[in-house]
Amino acid sequence: MTTTVEPPAAAPAQPDRPARTRPAWWDTVVVTVLSFVLALAVGAVLIVVSDPDVIDASSYFFARPADTVAAGWDAVFGAYRALFEGAVWDLQAESLGRAVRPLTETLTVAAPLIVAGLSVALAFKAGLFNIGAEGQIIVGATLAGLVGFGLDLPVGLHLLAAVLAGVLGGAVWGGIVGALKARTGAHEVIVTIMLNYVARFGLAYLLTTELFRRPGRNDPISPIVDGDAQYPLLLGETYRLHLGFLVALAAAWGVWWLLERSVIGFRFRAVGANPDAARAAGIHVERNLFLVMAIAGGLAGLGGTFQILGTEKALTTGISAGIGFDAITVALLGRGSPLGTVLAGILFGALRAGGVTMQARTGTPIDIVLVVQSLIVLFIAAPPLIRTIFRIRTQGMGAMQVSKGWGA
Amino acid sequence: MRLELRGITKRFGSLVANDSIDLVVEPGEIHCLLGENGAGKSTLMNVLYGLLAPDAGEIVVDGAPVQFTGPGDAVAAGIGMVHQHFMLVPVFTVAENVMLGDEHTRGVGLLDRAAAAARVRTLSERFGFDVDPDAMVEDIPVGVQQRVEIIKALSRDAQVLILDEPTAVLTPQETDELMGIMRELAGAGTSIVFITHKLREVRAVADRITVIRRGRVVGEATAASSEAELAALMVGRDVELTVVKEPQPPGPVVLDVRDLSVIDERGALVVDRATFDVRAGEIVAVAGVQGNGQTELVEALVGLGEGVVTGTATLDGHNLLRLGTDDALDHIGYVPEDRSHDGLVATFTIAENLVLDQVDTPAFAAGPALRRTAIRANAEALVAEFDVRTQSVDAPASSLSGGNQQKVVLARALSRPLRLLLAAQPTRGVDVGSIEFLHRRIVAERDRGTAVLIVSTELDEVLALGDRIVVMYRGQVIGIVPGHTSRDALGLMMAGCPMDEALATAGSDETPDAGLLTGGAL
Repeated sequence: MTTTVEPPAAAPAQPDRPARTRPAWWDTVVVTVLSFVLALAVGAVLIVVSDPDVIDASSYFFARPADTVAAGWDAVFGAYRALFEGAVWDLQAESLGRAVRPLTETLTVAAPLIVAGLSVALAFKAGLFNIGAEGQIIVGATLAGLVGFGLDLPVGLHLLAAVLAGVLGGAVWGGIVGALKARTGAHEVIVTIMLNYVARFGLAYLLTTELFRRPGRNDPISPIVDGDAQYPLLLGETYRLHLGFLVALAAAWGVWWLLERSVIGFRFRAVGANPDAARAAGIHVERNLFLVMAIAGGLAGLGGTFQILGTEKALTTGISAGIGFDAITVALLGRGSPLGTVLAGILFGALRAGGVTMQARTGTPIDIVLVVQSLIVLFIAAPPLIRTIFRIRTQGMGAMQVSKGWGA
Repeated sequence: MRLELRGITKRFGSLVANDSIDLVVEPGEIHCLLGENGAGKSTLMNVLYGLLAPDAGEIVVDGAPVQFTGPGDAVAAGIGMVHQHFMLVPVFTVAENVMLGDEHTRGVGLLDRAAAAARVRTLSERFGFDVDPDAMVEDIPVGVQQRVEIIKALSRDAQVLILDEPTAVLTPQETDELMGIMRELAGAGTSIVFITHKLREVRAVADRITVIRRGRVVGEATAASSEAELAALMVGRDVELTVVKEPQPPGPVVLDVRDLSVIDERGALVVDRATFDVRAGEIVAVAGVQGNGQTELVEALVGLGEGVVTGTATLDGHNLLRLGTDDALDHIGYVPEDRSHDGLVATFTIAENLVLDQVDTPAFAAGPALRRTAIRANAEALVAEFDVRTQSVDAPASSLSGGNQQKVVLARALSRPLRLLLAAQPTRGVDVGSIEFLHRRIVAERDRGTAVLIVSTELDEVLALGDRIVVMYRGQVIGIVPGHTSRDALGLMMAGCPMDEALATAGSDETPDAGLLTGGAL
């Protein structure tokens, strides 16, 4: 109670902060990298305490403490080595072709994460929190799949039509949110969460219908999409890496151009940063809310096409694989910038791809990866935490920041 | 208590906010600290209040040097501060707010509310505050909330009271009341440091005046100094206090408002059959106390209102109420009342803010793409023309001082040929130097033949700019009078007195108080 009376430390406005010599993005990069390191460190602790060898060795810890330490080191090193080998470069592979395979797998997994992350990031720039990428992916994948296995079109056109159907599906699913927000003021977070359920269970229902059910099967799985409608593989049959990854990179460039170089993006940003000023300047705020959600939905829908036309090839209830939720994390990690989102998407792709290998090779549960993913974002969401923890090494600067931050 | 600041220096990086400032506050003295926005007044007071540590210099209380590590030390030493933005809990009563942080208890940790209420009552009676200790803070007017802040400081035995821009949020009447309170307090021996940039207030109340410019003390003055002298000290050059305005025969009617009514979302009639016109080459100033329908009137004209609008408003014969904001702004330059809320996107660069309403025009857009060089060139030109003080047009709008932000908003409105300039509170919270400039630009636009509609709650501004004055009271146009109407008559009309009666009571001649009128620009 006592603190309320005195003005908070930040109260004296000091707009004229001195210009630091290093660029602003540098801080962002440092915080991001340190968050990753810290998250891996916490993950290491979890690996140590859950590893059976370490637990065995700790039973005689006071007799031979070195055993426990060694076992702990082995567990962490082994797990993270497997994670690396599953995500980037397989050191145990006999051939170069096998060695780079994890990297291609990472990029394959990253593609839908990137576009779905872009979807969240774009909406965020316009002041909207798109929790609905998951549902938009599902609807996109469903429509793309329907065109992919349900229609018979010429080569080239078939893929194009399937992709467009997916993008359109996502755009409609996102556009509904934008329209409701613009017309009725319904909060986009509530609406997107609900539409996720509609999409998920709608697909579950559709998979029981004649139109979607694979002939001869009773479980909820659709026919496989035509070869013509699949994304072409980039590196031949050995690898799953498909054209979708390049499409994702193009989409990232497109979102960057839209936001930074186009009139529409200028309006999106204005609406996101100060809707009142935007309205007073004659910008149609509601129209832009609808438009940005439709485009965001389209991006997530594109991610859905990567799943159905690129990797999975057939619709199941798990087609979205939680990508829409990881996308929120990816966008946050990427700080809402297209380049950041691409990098964050690749990192999360690596963790997803590597986690599988880690579990297979060392028995370390894949959940550790989820913990690490979550911790990264948690640390990033609280930059002062990171600065406090790592200030130990930068005493001088740290002290200066304290005096400034608390005005004492 | 005699308070002395010796050689106070405070740096923020390369910026020297306070450069070895000396200041002496004698007991029972009202000491004005005068300076433009950003001159370093608030920094100095934050040093004095223990919120900032000085890089050099010392604070001396009754001859003994003291060191404050936080506001708690300053309060203990008898220094109280009333911030520009009040630090009150809206859902607490006055008494609860006063005892907050200094709670007295009885028995097993029970709050002694009765004692706190009694204390508020005593102080209130002693200085004529007229504050009810049991009233909820959110229910009392701003002026009374400010008195609660003063009571809070006094109840902690403050001997030096710092008032940071206390009149910025007050109506003229409340300002007068505050000045009365300040004299009472000074009479009882409390020293007052009064921070402001309003010259009239300084001259009305100060015992001594210290003028600060760019972090340095540039002069001392007394209340006997003229406003022109004070303004020159404050700005560092001679300031034109009166707006030079050549008489000009008005042209044809540009904006014609007939029986315009607005019913807001809550169903209240906020604008009641307003009828007036604005001619080409003429400035019509809408006067009125805040909250008498001016805001809603302006918003209705540019299609921003949220209520139901009836009646007609035509611009060159075209129905203005049918147009959306987008189309209306093709012919109208609009300066919103609250620049940080409606005028600027704080995170956008100055260049981006300068094209906020024009970004889709061929001048700044090639098809779907922004013409970045054109946007930049536009910004460079406007920043130079309007003397916006900034290091770069790529700096965010939030980095500008209030006056420079307002220049950006006005520059944007005036950056193209207009039929009508619609400016609400064009100089609110802006320093003297900028006000002079903004007023000159508005008059220049009128001289160019543009119809100009100004809305202002500052009587000085209305008198300085208006060729004709529309007075609004409770949503109605209570009278339309010539620009040279006396302050007294306008004041009466703003309080709801009908036009004929007001003019008869006050006399319709040129205002007798010429000194105040020349200070009109302030």
